[in-house]
Amino acid sequence: MESLTPLLAILCPAIAAPLVLLSRNHPNIREGWTIAAGITMFALVLSMGPEVLKGDVIRFTMFHTMFKNIDFAFKVDAFGLIFAITTSSLWILVSLYSIGYMRSLKEHAQTRYFFAFCLAILGAIGVALSANLLTMFVFFEIITVSTYPLVIHEQTPEALGGGHKYFAYLMPAGAFFLFGVVATYYLTGSCDFTPGGIKALATTSPVAATVLFFCFLLGFMKAAWMPFHSWLPTAMVAPTPVSALLHAVAVVKAGVFGIVRMICYIFGVGLVDELGLWLILACIAGFTMIMGSFFAIAQDDIKKRLAYSTISQLSYVILGAAFLTKDGVMGAMLHIPFHAYMKITLFLCAGAILVGSGKRKISEMAGLGKTMPVTMLAFSIAAIGMAGLPPLCGFISKLYLCFGAWELHPPYGMIFLAVILTSSVLDIVYFFPIIHAAFFREPVDAERTNGGYVIKEAPTFMLVPLSITAAFSILFFIYPHTFYIIDLVQLAIVELFGGG
Amino acid sequence: MLLAEQLPVIIVTVAMFCGFTILLAGYLNKKSAFWISLLANIVFFALSILTLRHVLAVGPIKYWQGGWRPPWGIEYVVDAMNAYLLVILFFIVILIEIYSKRNVEKEIEARKHPTFYALIQLMVAGLAGITVTGDLFNMFVWLEIASLTAYALIAVAGGRALRASYNYVIMGSIGAVFYIFGVGWIYAATGTLNMADMRILLPVVYDSRLVQMAFAFIVVGIMIKAYIFPLHFWQPDAYTYAPSSVSAMIASIHGKVMIYILIRLVYSVFTLDFIRYYIGLDLIICWVAAAGILAGSVFAIKQRNVKRMLAYSSVSQFGYILLGIGLSPLSPWGLVGVVAHILNHAVMKGCLFLAAGSFIHQEGKWDIRSFEGLSKRMPWASGAFAIAAISMIGIPPTAGFASKLFLILASLDAAQYPFVVILLLSGLLNLVYFWRVIDRMYFVRHEEPTEGGNEGTRRLPISMTAPMMVLAALCIILGIFWLTDIPMPLINQILSDLSTGGRL
Amino acid sequence: MMEWLAQHVLEKYNFWIAMTIILIGLYAAMAKGNLLKKLIGLSIFQTAMFLWFISLGDVGRDVMVTWGLKGGTPPIIWEKAVEEGYTYVNPLPNVLMLTGIVVSAATTAVALAIVIRIYQKYGTIEEDEILERELQEEVRYASG
Repeated sequence: MESLTPLLAILCPAIAAPLVLLSRNHPNIREGWTIAAGITMFALVLSMGPEVLKGDVIRFTMFHTMFKNIDFAFKVDAFGLIFAITTSSLWILVSLYSIGYMRSLKEHAQTRYFFAFCLAILGAIGVALSANLLTMFVFFEIITVSTYPLVIHEQTPEALGGGHKYFAYLMPAGAFFLFGVVATYYLTGSCDFTPGGIKALATTSPVAATVLFFCFLLGFMKAAWMPFHSWLPTAMVAPTPVSALLHAVAVVKAGVFGIVRMICYIFGVGLVDELGLWLILACIAGFTMIMGSFFAIAQDDIKKRLAYSTISQLSYVILGAAFLTKDGVMGAMLHIPFHAYMKITLFLCAGAILVGSGKRKISEMAGLGKTMPVTMLAFSIAAIGMAGLPPLCGFISKLYLCFGAWELHPPYGMIFLAVILTSSVLDIVYFFPIIHAAFFREPVDAERTNGGYVIKEAPTFMLVPLSITAAFSILFFIYPHTFYIIDLVQLAIVELFGGG
Repeated sequence: MLLAEQLPVIIVTVAMFCGFTILLAGYLNKKSAFWISLLANIVFFALSILTLRHVLAVGPIKYWQGGWRPPWGIEYVVDAMNAYLLVILFFIVILIEIYSKRNVEKEIEARKHPTFYALIQLMVAGLAGITVTGDLFNMFVWLEIASLTAYALIAVAGGRALRASYNYVIMGSIGAVFYIFGVGWIYAATGTLNMADMRILLPVVYDSRLVQMAFAFIVVGIMIKAYIFPLHFWQPDAYTYAPSSVSAMIASIHGKVMIYILIRLVYSVFTLDFIRYYIGLDLIICWVAAAGILAGSVFAIKQRNVKRMLAYSSVSQFGYILLGIGLSPLSPWGLVGVVAHILNHAVMKGCLFLAAGSFIHQEGKWDIRSFEGLSKRMPWASGAFAIAAISMIGIPPTAGFASKLFLILASLDAAQYPFVVILLLSGLLNLVYFWRVIDRMYFVRHEEPTEGGNEGTRRLPISMTAPMMVLAALCIILGIFWLTDIPMPLINQILSDLSTGGRL
Repeated sequence: MMEWLAQHVLEKYNFWIAMTIILIGLYAAMAKGNLLKKLIGLSIFQTAMFLWFISLGDVGRDVMVTWGLKGGTPPIIWEKAVEEGYTYVNPLPNVLMLTGIVVSAATTAVALAIVIRIYQKYGTIEEDEILERELQEEVRYASG
């Protein structure tokens, strides 16, 4: 069905960006634009839900390109909509949070910050709704470039170093992706996302398909799989809301979203299975999961620890997709929104702790639960969810991943099941000390006041968003139909694997 | 339509005539020089658009000078390729002239203004002449008109520009003589100078060593003029020390027209068959281009003078065009890349040079290391520079991305995989040297000067900002334009007019 | 040997002469350090090319038979010439080179003007001395 709605949704941040620049002298109006665009976009994205659930695919063709069979087009299918809903809903919350964060820390260059934020969201929503690889690539690069000003926001040499590292990884990745796009078009004459993969790709030579697969994999370096992950912890020099939205949602999720898209909609499950690529991918993902957790344990900076946790959790999605089984892919798709909500809660809490107490180091966080109860409660909820324990949404996605592993051929099933479980245990290992310290240990007296800095709860502007995301993490467990998420995932699975 | 048939020759002769008018008028009133030149170029721009429309609707325009029939007389031929180039030429010239008004007032003493604009007008006439002519010797004459004026325009700046200009005179003249040497040999082989006629007569003598050597001489001559690596060594100095508006004009259109000569010779006089089957030069051209792409970028990384960096970047970007030419016998996308990149690079490099010029104009800053905080003091110019730089890196949806995409597709289509790698690598190298500048302008923390409030309030004149902004906007608009199928008719017309045999 | 000599050297003597002069000119233009000498080299280079180009027009030439001195006549048509079937020299290269000479003169003029300006600025027209001056300027800039 042709409809203007996808375009309108994408236009929201695109229009907000110049408005933010124009109203740079009136902070309230400036943030007003961001919030208004966020709410409008979320409403538009959500309004497409019922239509998509009916089995319709909403398309919008902006123009035909010079290349035969490639349009610059948007397509809203079930999987794309999941990512779009995640991004657009979290944008509103993070914008609210940013207002509190940026103003209480009296950050400089706030206009640039909100402007770049709009563009990054534009990229993310574009990636979610694009109908083919070329369109996706355009938005992918928009994300890459617009995130740079956010990463180096502090403008210290350290921040600039982080930004350069970010580019040093993601720009070559973009080159690989571009090669993948053009090569796909050259090999198959098409680059549309087709459920079950592009048919013509199955008939090309296995070598070409394998090379293409790895080009795409390198292209989706945004997914921070090891050994190409080290840009993510370095990029944690960014302000916390940026880390929250971009490094838990827009940038890295665009990466894993791309990997799932590539496996299920470009190559097709059958071809990946036939070429034996799934095993390599699953090994990479499993390795990343375990190693990411170990690295996380070693970190004392809370944001760095969260970053390595993200690296580890992203690989759950990759692993699920690599299983190529119904439940595995379902777990992967579910983990995208669920992990986003939980991880963003954690990041928002980290930011609130920084604003409220000025602390970054985990070793200094003893007794924070008394002075900052709301923040630490939300943190604990999300941390439990990360470890995959009920009653949080993390449990659902991990459960499906375990089912997915169970369905594999005998030796592999048990191995990967063990990997998933080990990683979950490690999650507990690196999160629970924080909770324990916050609630059950007395703060050292000298730390009650931090150099004259009175520790108090963060401003309401920050507390509200993080409470909402924590609440949603529970709500998704109780009622997974919130925002149609589980229905959409089931629909996507039917689309890919057939059956009811 | 009778008028349309005469448009090319009207443009060229009137442009030439304007050059002298400006000189005369300038003695009476110095201010008039600029306005006459600008007005004339706007009219020529309108006429060139009419020409393009006529060519696309009716077909190539052929004009016989003095009514002499082609093999004997001089013929002017305008097909889709020339008309397209004419439009680009005058469009860029108009924008840069608007920019140059205030810039020239500052950089060049008032008594020289009429001469300056007369020279600009003559150079434009020369470039337009190269574009419309269908005769090889006539092309040499226009080439020398365009080059002589360029030598003089560079030297106008005085100082180091003099030595740069002198090197350019020597190298440029050697290039021109190489060209005419080659033309002489083909003339000896075929007895004609008319391009269309020569195309018919040449196939018989394709095997002749004489013709093959002639081609080599012409290519080397044009390579010097179009500063293609490794014959680019006169160019960085010339671009660095010339007046800003002249650098912009030469960088964005002079080189383009030079490379157009090569395009015309490769496609319309010698054919792709000759290049591919008789001398097997196509892949050699590709590798020369690839070497240029990489070497230009690597040299650019080492520079700290922003204009010199842009100059080396041009060397690299001309490699793109040459690569497209080299790939075109194997894939029609090569020519699409050439056509797109000629426009894209003119827009991007014009914008970059104008922005760099305005940094020098406003604050006297040419050293990249002194660019800190520039984005605060000159937001528009820095913005234009950043957009054009991003476009040079080839990030979608900007113009540079489209060129890169076409060329990558061409390399894949031609099954020449190394060039895919080189193109992608070049994008990353561009990132390295352009992002260094953007970092300095926008992101590196710096100490705000405590005094100098008056300094800050002096804004860049609108006549300098506007052209930059137009070009910066075009960087994005063209990026989208080349992706759409709107230019398809134009490209197909160019492909068929250049008789490549391929259609998209 | 003689045949080869006749075929490749004597018959094409105009090529050989032109090439020799061209190389002399090119060498001077590229290798000399003095700007004026460079310019002289360039002029030699251009003039040699004109010579060669004009020699192209001499279509009636048959060196081996008449040892060179009897070629085509000037392209002036009068009755006797038509009756006796004179061979004409091709006038086109001559005409082209007239234009070429104009271009060459213009180039020389521009180049000389630039040399005068360089002399006014640097007080020398030796390239290495000019470069040294520029290097000193750069060092001065770098040091403060």
